[in-house]
Amino acid sequence: MVRVGILALQGDVAEHRHALVDAGAEAVLIRRPADLDGVDGLVLPGGESTTVSMLLDSSGLAAPLARAVRDGMPMFGTCAGMILLASSAEDGRPDQRLLGAIDIRVRRNGYGRQAQSFECDVAIDGIDGAPVHAVFIRAPVVVSAGPGVDVLARLPGPEPGTGAAPVVCRQGQVLVSAFHPELTADRRLHQLFLSMIGARSGAGPGVAALVGG
Amino acid sequence: MAAAPDTVPASVASPAADAAAAGSPQTGTFTVKRGLADMLRGGVIMDVVTADQAKVAEDAGAVAVMALERVPADIRAQGGVARMSDPELVEGIQRAVTIPVMAKARIGHFAEAQVLQALQVDYVDESEVLTPADEANHIDKWAFGVPFVCGATNLGEALRRIGEGAAMIRSKGEAGTGNIVEAVRHLRAILGDVRKLTQADPAERYAWAKQLGAPLELVREVADTGRLPVPLFCAGGIATPADAALVMQLGAEAVFVGSGIFKSEDPARRARAVVEATAHYTDPDILVKVSRGLGGAMPGLEVATLEQRLAERGW
Repeated sequence: MVRVGILALQGDVAEHRHALVDAGAEAVLIRRPADLDGVDGLVLPGGESTTVSMLLDSSGLAAPLARAVRDGMPMFGTCAGMILLASSAEDGRPDQRLLGAIDIRVRRNGYGRQAQSFECDVAIDGIDGAPVHAVFIRAPVVVSAGPGVDVLARLPGPEPGTGAAPVVCRQGQVLVSAFHPELTADRRLHQLFLSMIGARSGAGPGVAALVGG
Repeated sequence: MAAAPDTVPASVASPAADAAAAGSPQTGTFTVKRGLADMLRGGVIMDVVTADQAKVAEDAGAVAVMALERVPADIRAQGGVARMSDPELVEGIQRAVTIPVMAKARIGHFAEAQVLQALQVDYVDESEVLTPADEANHIDKWAFGVPFVCGATNLGEALRRIGEGAAMIRSKGEAGTGNIVEAVRHLRAILGDVRKLTQADPAERYAWAKQLGAPLELVREVADTGRLPVPLFCAGGIATPADAALVMQLGAEAVFVGSGIFKSEDPARRARAVVEATAHYTDPDILVKVSRGLGGAMPGLEVATLEQRLAERGW
């Protein structure tokens, strides 16, 4: 069984654990460096990115995570997790830690305050069937994505007339979403992530087997 | 809803949430309200009375701040009617930080809540710390797009607030005392009754609903799932990192710290220590490290000697 770590310093860790177990993985919580042993992939949950960034330093996890990024460990970040995986961020704190795992520039709280938080359906490339119902909570906006990044879904951006903004992106082993697939019962994005881990290790089921249903 | 979130009970889904099927984006739904509470899990929400304090809180790793004019310890000491904060104060704090900003409205004072909603605060706390405006009715929270957190001392009170539309519940504790005993009592009361309810025969749920004075649908849901329909946070009397670890181990999902930070000797350090303790609440080694040499905690009050028990406000 694929063993997926969830960065458990702060945020909606429990929802990701449910989602991963539903999708057929073993989920382990990561609070200190030793917890990373034997993990095939890592989920960075939603939460407050400035808080998690600070706790990454004090828990000693910052360096091991940077190493895991360099080693190509599959990672899936949602909302605050997407910010942590990004290569650059606007409106963050100057000391905010970014892992630079995916070549995107994000703007924190780009969709606004809680009053602008929303839910809607999103069609995602590579996920068949009905659109995914997506919940955006004080979500970050992807301002730009580098040439190596596959944009799997877009939605109209927060400012009228500025065109659509990416909301799901993938680059190699790294998957990010601006919304929270863990807050709904639809497990297809988590299954896509597990298929990325499976393809890398050769141990798990293929994309078709996981995402088809 | 097309992909109904499993974490959001149908029984408390708002009419707006029902409309949030395919198509245009929907704001202010129960899913969206509850979602922010989920994102605050494992974090610390700190009371602040100035923009400078809000910066200190954010620097220390707070997940959100509660903007108010006086912390509960001062409300208790100074007396008088405690009301919603001046909008200017709330706006100043909103400008100072990038994390969510909450603010308090008086129990039943829906006009104060309307003001806070118009200010676009991220959460409204319908709080017993302020002087109640209505002794019979809490705010109808379904009427708002802004999410609400409410205090509770037992399971029935928690479920009544959720029935009124609260998307987060916190223990009341006894605010402004620096004494954790009441928060522990409330958490144990709520979670103890949740555990008992899961053992109840289906036929006994009606009597539970009657005894709790809570909506039957919510009683059924707690019995089936073994948890509250919304996140349960702890507030009231947290003064030390170990206090935070205690309530997290008892089953709180995040903590509010009111007077405990800025009434202490070294607020910045203590704030940071409570954040670390909340994240690593099962790790005594880290608790030792962060608890060492913090300087004086807030002085604290013995609950039995209090003239005014704030937790008795609301029903």
